[in-house]
Amino acid sequence: MLRSESVAWPVTVEPRRMHELSIMESVLEMARARAAEEKAARIHKIVLRIGDVSGVSLDALTFAFEVLARDTQAAGAELVVERVPARCRCGECDAVYEPADPLAGCSACGALRGSLIQGRELELSSLEVS
Amino acid sequence: MADRETTRTISVQASVLDKNDALAARNRARFDAAGSLAVNMLSSPGSGKTSLLERTLSDLAESVPMAVIVGDLATDNDAARLRERGAPIVQITTGDLCHLDAAMVAQAIEALPEPLARLLFIENVGNLVCPVAFDLGEHARATLMSVTEGEDKPLKYPAVFRTAGVVVVTKMDIADAVGFDRATAIRCIRAVAPDAPVIEVSARTGLGLSEWYNWLMKGTRRDCVNGDTRR
Repeated sequence: MLRSESVAWPVTVEPRRMHELSIMESVLEMARARAAEEKAARIHKIVLRIGDVSGVSLDALTFAFEVLARDTQAAGAELVVERVPARCRCGECDAVYEPADPLAGCSACGALRGSLIQGRELELSSLEVS
Repeated sequence: MADRETTRTISVQASVLDKNDALAARNRARFDAAGSLAVNMLSSPGSGKTSLLERTLSDLAESVPMAVIVGDLATDNDAARLRERGAPIVQITTGDLCHLDAAMVAQAIEALPEPLARLLFIENVGNLVCPVAFDLGEHARATLMSVTEGEDKPLKYPAVFRTAGVVVVTKMDIADAVGFDRATAIRCIRAVAPDAPVIEVSARTGLGLSEWYNWLMKGTRRDCVNGDTRR
């Protein structure tokens, strides 16, 4: 088998913070790039589509936005979050349903073999710029 | 001042995780080209990821070349424990970031010796929430829960169990002592992960480990890795 030398293995990756902060960094970078393409100087509104089961806390995301947008062309912009409900396709009867909670079975046949077809979205939907 | 008269709406419609997903796809292609099976290990802190890996590295040492990429918030304690076992270990110190992402794993792959090991473990940061959204390029996720955590853990954190290719129940040697209700636990796992195999193990006594090793070895032959680890 492969043997490690007794070298200092650790790879140190630049420390960052909670994942809402890194997600918002990506959002703002994408917004900045898109605004530049449009030759826009200011970003007034950022519209996101966030799935209900994306694992993102909207409070933390809003907080991250306020902190990161400060002193940028998006300072003071309105952050709009469109929530996307979870939707499953039943593995037994093929019905599509929106589970009321993560454990709800198929609304047609009650089976628990739904696969998620919508609800994990983390998308930058549109911008309002000038 | 912005002139509201000239404001216009532009459509973007791009996934925020596109960059991560593209990097993950690249990692996966890299693993595939090397014939490596990459397993992303997920659990709460203290569920026994490192203990299970220590034991696995020892027991399978003669059977398959292995390597580990280990994420840890601040210390290199886990890496130090694993390093004793002789396999290459790359530690990613995430600082206060709560998950690994595909870029970090890509960086860690560069530090691993060539050729890439046949069986590559990625020990994620102990966390049942944040790592779920981040595809690292793995072929399968192994989600661990220990008998001390409460049988309803899968109901509280469904996503991490739903995306699991295998669910490993750890610390079975103390199950009786802590009043672990096995039937309830299995029912809770099944409710969110109806198809993933459930393997009950004790890294201390060796209970159930052969089943875990079988799952891994079959995976290295690519005939039984299941579970959709992509978002």
